[in-house]
Amino acid sequence: MADTGSDHGTAVVKREAPVPSTGTAVVPSDAIENPGFPPYRPRVSDLDPVKARQNERRVSWLFWLSIAGSIFAIVAYIVFPIVPGDLNSVRLNTLFLGIGIALGLFGIGFGAVHWSKSLMDGHDLVEARHPTRGSEETREKAVEVFHLGNKESGFTRRKLIRNSLIGALVVSPLPAVVLFRDLAPAGDPVARLKHTLWDKDVRLTRDPDGTPIKASDVTLGSVFHVIPDGLNDMHEGKLEEKAKAAVLLMRLKPSDLNVSQGREDWNFEGIVAYSKICTHVGCPVALYEQQTHHLLCPCHQSQFDITREATVIFGPAKRPLPQLPITVDNEGYLVARSDFTEPVGPSFWERL
Amino acid sequence: MTVEAKPRTSPSEDVGPRISTSDEEAVPPNAGMRFTNWGANYIDERTGLSGLVRELGRKIFPDHWSFMLGEVALYSFVVILLSGTFLTFFFQASMAEVTYEGPYAPLKGIDMSAAMASTLDISFDIRGGLLMRQVHHWAALLFVASIGLHMLRVFFTGAFRKPRELNWLIGFVMFILAMLEGFTGYSLPDDLLSGNGLRIIDGMVKGIPIIGTWTSNLIFGGEFPGTQVVGMFYSLHILLVPAILVAAIGVHLVLLVVNKHTQFSGPGRTNDNVVGVPIMPVFAAKAGGFFFLIFGVITLIAATVTINPIWLYGPYDPSPVSAGTQPDWYIGFADGALRLVPPGWELEIFGFTLSLNILVPLLVLPLFLVAVAIYPFLEGWITGDKREHHMTERPRNAPMRTAIGSAGVAFYAVLWAAAGSDLIATHFKLTIEGVTLAIQLLLFIAPIVAFFVAHRICIGLQKKDREIALHGFETARIVRLPGGEYIEVHEQLSDYERWKLIDFTAYTPLMLRPNKRGRIPVTQRVRAVLSGWFFEDRITPVTKREIESAHDQGGH
Repeated sequence: MADTGSDHGTAVVKREAPVPSTGTAVVPSDAIENPGFPPYRPRVSDLDPVKARQNERRVSWLFWLSIAGSIFAIVAYIVFPIVPGDLNSVRLNTLFLGIGIALGLFGIGFGAVHWSKSLMDGHDLVEARHPTRGSEETREKAVEVFHLGNKESGFTRRKLIRNSLIGALVVSPLPAVVLFRDLAPAGDPVARLKHTLWDKDVRLTRDPDGTPIKASDVTLGSVFHVIPDGLNDMHEGKLEEKAKAAVLLMRLKPSDLNVSQGREDWNFEGIVAYSKICTHVGCPVALYEQQTHHLLCPCHQSQFDITREATVIFGPAKRPLPQLPITVDNEGYLVARSDFTEPVGPSFWERL
Repeated sequence: MTVEAKPRTSPSEDVGPRISTSDEEAVPPNAGMRFTNWGANYIDERTGLSGLVRELGRKIFPDHWSFMLGEVALYSFVVILLSGTFLTFFFQASMAEVTYEGPYAPLKGIDMSAAMASTLDISFDIRGGLLMRQVHHWAALLFVASIGLHMLRVFFTGAFRKPRELNWLIGFVMFILAMLEGFTGYSLPDDLLSGNGLRIIDGMVKGIPIIGTWTSNLIFGGEFPGTQVVGMFYSLHILLVPAILVAAIGVHLVLLVVNKHTQFSGPGRTNDNVVGVPIMPVFAAKAGGFFFLIFGVITLIAATVTINPIWLYGPYDPSPVSAGTQPDWYIGFADGALRLVPPGWELEIFGFTLSLNILVPLLVLPLFLVAVAIYPFLEGWITGDKREHHMTERPRNAPMRTAIGSAGVAFYAVLWAAAGSDLIATHFKLTIEGVTLAIQLLLFIAPIVAFFVAHRICIGLQKKDREIALHGFETARIVRLPGGEYIEVHEQLSDYERWKLIDFTAYTPLMLRPNKRGRIPVTQRVRAVLSGWFFEDRITPVTKREIESAHDQGGH
């Protein structure tokens, strides 16, 4: 900024307003002069009183139309009531009420604009601009005000007062930060995120009716949307638990599954259960492609390969969907062997 | 306010703007006039309002269709306030669980939040309720869209230059607030679609290192979805953010009055005047009428086109989701950015999880927005031009700015298209992988292509303007001269027509000179490089000498 021009925008009093820098603008010496205003082109309504009268009537008609529209809206409100259970009555009420109101508004709008364009004085007017900055005198006065304020209070002279005031002002909003702590319940949110309703011997049940699922019901190629048994009996925190515990259940040929070490007994005869909550930002991964055994998240298109323990094969997600270890109980119903072995859903800082 | 103008010489020679005169004859006041006089006097004696009327009543507003875009934003905001107030009378911002017993049969007996149930009641029980909901939603879509277009107008015509940089910043803040308003409002009905939107926000917040988990915990009052987010968003949506918006609009308009509106170049128009129509009566009638037109258009759309049919989505449930759903259009660019991240962008360091697949979009988008916000200051620094600029430029006359703006628009457009990648794939029978890869590549290629294409088009248009200013239009009339020579007759422009083509400022690249201590600071070097990049290719305005010599050559 050292040599960019004369205008540094300082508030220091100068008698003369500085000439602002033109920067690297080319200021031509033989520029063509502004030709000045073109002659006014009269409108039809300026020249022909008959046309003017015609326009006047039009404007007036538009305003009358507006009145008619507004009254129509009131009539429509009564004539097209909403009949409980009849969706068509909602549509008609919305439609005619809306058309009436729109007509009432359009009449005023078109009328006013038409009036201004065809009948009001059509001449352009000119107003002078003035520099935005205050005049030198005004600025001088303003500086004087600050000087007096400073002198009479001793703001810069009494540094002890000034600095302690600044300190107090900086600290004073801090209680507001603390005040927001109780938006959330007490306790560590991380612990809650790491635990779901699933536990040893919790039955897998159908979403949403909560009926348990027999292993024999799960035919090859089928897919079940699953919630833990007992979720539907909850009164508080049901959605929060469901947001963690939702599971997809599929049956593949056992030969199609690539099972890693330590997970050998997590599936039951080719029936596998995976968390339905995407490891990207938490949408339900609800789309299952039976032929390829791929799961697709409809939000951001992450794809998970069920044959390879829900590894990410496409999209922004990084981690595989957590697998829920399952088996059957002695009645043949599918049950969890334990909770998930890692947190489900979107990644978070303290996840590991 | 003084009105300067050329005096009219005679009625037949009605030249340009004129002095406004009040040449009404004295008429004895009738009852209506006496009442008006009494009322005006009553108010003025208690408020001194006459001073304001004198100052502002005949303020001049220049006319151009593009100046309407900001008005659209303002008026749709008014429509939002009116329709939104109506909705607050019926809406219950509560996530308490209720069983729906309303008239909409498919959802009867289903558990949902009071917010969702009351939104259904507004839609199906209250006459005009659905209309007002749709007015509110359509107006909101139009509000953000018109702000965006208004910003593009201001950007591409250079209307952000001194002294309006601060008003650009205020407008930018309002753009962000408008999107915030949109998103918080979108979330209020607590339907399946908006719930999934919140789920994504939750996932993104959790991806922020260190504070993410706790921030999400505070927003949702524990675990997602919790029972407090609708109430909290409601406070933000109807109280805090609108209050800031109204204040910002106030400052925006006060600065508009202080700086006076910019105007396009035209005969008689200079940097030192404003040419246009006065507030009273022409602008007031046009703008007031325009408000009613905007309101009318929104109402008509709302009466005929369904938006956000939450009854089809059902209440929020973390388990189901439907394919092909889309957020409101202005959230698209953020959603698209999330989709474009390639697989595997997540690290585990020192036992913590670093979600780059969320952090990178979370950083790129604000960087883009910050670039938009600070551009006026950047350009001002590069040109070093400290004068006030009240003439809007035609985009072609600032080729580099237009090119940069076009690149930015292309970047935004690609992100926006990315939010519809699944729909593009299904509609055109393509693979989602192919579409995503193409959009990933386009994110880098499209801005570069847009940049160069826009720049070349601007230079080309400038050359054409210059050609026409110097030689006029080709008339396709070939004339044989007595000597046997054939020439094409060119039709010269009038001085008025030509002025529009030649009235612009050209800048040259910055010449590096050592400062007083004989050094060239690094900032100056950077500035010189940028300045060279900006103004290396340039077309200068036609000068008087060039016109004369062109005319001497017989006009071709």
